Amino acid sequence: MSSHGMRLGKSRGGALGRVVRAGVGRRRVQTVVIVLSTMMAVTSTVLAGALLVASRAPFDHAFNTERGAHLSVLADGSKATSAQLAASAHVQGVTAASGPYQQIIAEHGTPSGGDFPGIGLPPLLIVGRATPGGPVDDLALTQGRWAATPGEIVLSTSYFGPRGSVGMTLTFPDLPGKPVLTVVGIARSVTGTGDAWVQPSQIPALTQPGTVPGIQMLYRFANAGTDTQVTADRDAVAAALPHGAVTGSLSWLSAKQDAERSTAPFVPFIVAFGVLGLIMSVIIIGNVVSGAVGASLRRIGILKALGFTPAQIVRAYITQALIPSAVGIALGVVLGNIFAKPLLSNAEFAYGTVSLSVATWIDIAAPCAAVVLVALTAFAPALRAGRLRTVEAIAVGRSPTVGRGRIARHLLGRVPLPRAVSLGLGSPFARPARTLAVAASVVFGATALTFALGLVSSFNDVQAGQNRNGTADVAVDIGATSDGGEVVHVGAKGVNQPAANPSAVAAAIAAQPGTRSYYGTGGVELAVSGLSGTTQVRVLQGAAAVDSVPLISGSWFTAPGQAVVPTRFLQETGTSIGSTITLTDNGVLIPVRIVGEVFDLRSRNGELITDARTLSAVDHVDRISGFEIHLSPGVDRASYISALNAKLHPVYADAQDAAADRGGSTLPFFEGMIAILTAMLTTVAGLAVLNAAVLETRERVHDLGVYKAVGMSPRQTIAMVLSSVALVGLCAGVIGVPIGIALHSYVVPVMAHTAGTNLPHAYIAVYRGAEMVLLALGGLVIAIVGALLPAGWAAKTRTATALRTE
Amino acid sequence: MDDAPLIELHQVTKRYDGGPPAVDDISLTVRPGEAVAILGPSGSGKSTVLNLIAGLDRPTTGTVTVAGTRVDELAESGSAKYRRTQIGMVFQFFNLLDDLTVGDNVLLPAQLAGMPRALARARAAQLLDTLGIAKHARAYPGRLSGGERQRVAVARALINRPALLLADEPTGALDTASGQDVRTLLSELNADGQTVLLVTHDLTLAQSCATRTVRLVDGRIASDTAHAAGSGAGAGVAPFTTEGAAR
Repeated sequence: MSSHGMRLGKSRGGALGRVVRAGVGRRRVQTVVIVLSTMMAVTSTVLAGALLVASRAPFDHAFNTERGAHLSVLADGSKATSAQLAASAHVQGVTAASGPYQQIIAEHGTPSGGDFPGIGLPPLLIVGRATPGGPVDDLALTQGRWAATPGEIVLSTSYFGPRGSVGMTLTFPDLPGKPVLTVVGIARSVTGTGDAWVQPSQIPALTQPGTVPGIQMLYRFANAGTDTQVTADRDAVAAALPHGAVTGSLSWLSAKQDAERSTAPFVPFIVAFGVLGLIMSVIIIGNVVSGAVGASLRRIGILKALGFTPAQIVRAYITQALIPSAVGIALGVVLGNIFAKPLLSNAEFAYGTVSLSVATWIDIAAPCAAVVLVALTAFAPALRAGRLRTVEAIAVGRSPTVGRGRIARHLLGRVPLPRAVSLGLGSPFARPARTLAVAASVVFGATALTFALGLVSSFNDVQAGQNRNGTADVAVDIGATSDGGEVVHVGAKGVNQPAANPSAVAAAIAAQPGTRSYYGTGGVELAVSGLSGTTQVRVLQGAAAVDSVPLISGSWFTAPGQAVVPTRFLQETGTSIGSTITLTDNGVLIPVRIVGEVFDLRSRNGELITDARTLSAVDHVDRISGFEIHLSPGVDRASYISALNAKLHPVYADAQDAAADRGGSTLPFFEGMIAILTAMLTTVAGLAVLNAAVLETRERVHDLGVYKAVGMSPRQTIAMVLSSVALVGLCAGVIGVPIGIALHSYVVPVMAHTAGTNLPHAYIAVYRGAEMVLLALGGLVIAIVGALLPAGWAAKTRTATALRTE
Repeated sequence: MDDAPLIELHQVTKRYDGGPPAVDDISLTVRPGEAVAILGPSGSGKSTVLNLIAGLDRPTTGTVTVAGTRVDELAESGSAKYRRTQIGMVFQFFNLLDDLTVGDNVLLPAQLAGMPRALARARAAQLLDTLGIAKHARAYPGRLSGGERQRVAVARALINRPALLLADEPTGALDTASGQDVRTLLSELNADGQTVLLVTHDLTLAQSCATRTVRLVDGRIASDTAHAAGSGAGAGVAPFTTEGAAR
């Protein structure tokens, strides 16, 4: 190339940069739309990706971060010494160990403060640890601080959940001196190695006279990925200790199984949102970039006339799309990480894990993929621009090709609508490709909206169904039962406390004004034919129990000898409705016929629910340990509970607000996440409309001048622009709603199956007729909101200026 | 003829972005039934005057009153209503909407004004017939000749029976024959009582259509001459003294 040619080339290169900068700056609205669209797309991608990863492996994440214990071994303190336990850290295969820690089980603690002051607590596994940290089981303090002196205690989140609070005290009246411990912190152990922790020097004061504290040792192993490996590891440790010293152990795999059981069901809906976001990203970027390039064709013609090569044109327009996209992508990554933080914090709590953060690879992969996507999307229209002949390029792009949609416009002109409206309704037919892209965006927006609302409804139904005994207003716990059952003690052991009489409690409830209905509940572990070990058998008493557990299929039991069971029970026993199974109660065989499938996730292995008389008829034991009460409409719950407790406390029973049991739900977290993802997707859909309306308004600005010159008012102008997107929005909404419903109908059962259950039909069929109509109008709303700004601009456009526009 | 002025510009000045005045302190009165041609070279301010009268622009100072309405004080909605009820506009490049048929183009102002459909259709049919373009009612403007398009534009301008017809270089984009056609049309309209204000640099158009010629130079009225239509500007007609000229 000659020096002149080189100078010319350099000059053109510099000119190319100026053209790109000018293009970006000149079309400010489109630049902003590209920035916002890519920002939203990348934000939702990062967010969905982060949550997907977080939901898939929260336990692994927390386990690695906290250096969780593959195995927690409990040794009998009278058979092994701390030195022997410490030496077991050198057993082959052990890569790290913490301990030994003394541990005791303190019974009948009574809290002051918290949600249930004065109520007896279940047995508490207290471990003596000087610090929360260590090479294994690095405890995460979620509130307060670590116990520094005797008299202080740190509670586990898994023991108290949200009900524990710093500052409350625990009294142990069974122990000498009735020690009182103040809660100074709440901590979390990923594998649940303790219910509470104190300074080691506190342990002797918590030990019953004549007993020896156990010794806990925590290990990590080189190989502990399977039950077999963990068992081998356990055997190796046991072999290193005196025979019979190991009295118990806890594998990390059981904790992992529990954690994944609670999180896995949510993966399908996060994936669904991720896929929706991805598709919308493609549509919106394609729509915006194609629109930007398409609207600049005349300018391209001029540039070519000035000597720009086709390759330079292609580069210029890809770069022109990439610059604002890069800004949007960068902002999207930042926003995605910012939004992910609180959601992941909630997830940490919900999942029982710690310090979740957006995976680095997502922060790298999402923007890279977005850049590639933008470049690829821009390439096709840019290539078209590059290949255009100069004269054609100059001629094209000022307005839609004349002739398209004429018939539709002509026919619409005959429709008895205000002319501004019929003119607007005809506009989409002039740009069918753009109209389809906008419609697709709105379809996905409406789909996301429908899907999200359905999810929230289903989640609410599921949550209500999952709550203890469904929707009872008040729960009554009987302090002790005459046999078995899950007992929550009232008052301290040692006090001469008779067992509450269920009949007396039932009579008090029945006599209490404000009681609408009530039923008794209780439970016992029994052997079930076909299942190893024992199974929780829940007994219910009273006709009102029929509403206590949501029915999936079959019918509720109507007589002794019948039972309803959750899906998991049917799966594990290979039975179905109509099958008869056999319970073994103290050697007595009790045949029970399964008459219904219920939605109940409380028992890990699936419980069996039957009439209390099924068992009492055989063994004559009253297993009722509590009551669930529904109040009459308008009854003040607090007053009712107060009045009822005045009668119940003397008979050692206690009424509580059943709503309190519904606290600590993960529902708000998922609702928040659904809200953010939906807001983003609908906003992106709205931006697609905004972009299209801006392009349309700009391309038709001269026509707009003519309309105004012949008397179109600002209000009519706004009506025309809004009408131009309204039909598309309405149609897209009508299409999006059934797609959203179909997506919901597919995803929710998949989520349920992941959790090991079917769902009552009502949990899936959550859409009502009026809701569907409103949702269909959602597409219209998205379109109208998206077009409001350009409509306003069109209304404000000066007629004289518009008429002068070529 | 009603003596009350249809158009009254009083000491109107228009500046764009603080520059020199495009229109500089002009006063002009047009009475119903007149056909006024505003003549002048490019940049003389004649299109600005037209835009001010049409309510497309606002004066920097001064007042513009048309049919008793202070056009310079109208908001956007008021301007739109004013344009569809009081005036009709014809442009040099027709400004027809290519996606609408001739009939739909003509109907548009009536439909925007909310005229009953049957009445609007009857009026459009009458105008198309009167202007000799009824056979093109279902055609699109792109298929018509320049003269025919301008006739469509005139029909559109007249459909709401405006008190004032404004024409901006109506023959500027036409060949000689079509130009003559439009000139004849405008003369006939004025002869039927339609007040016409046209802006042109075409002396022939002014001479053939206007009963009065206002010459603008550098935004000021250089002369204001009344004459019989077809007689030629200033041909034996006594000058009509405007306020500006009087000063």
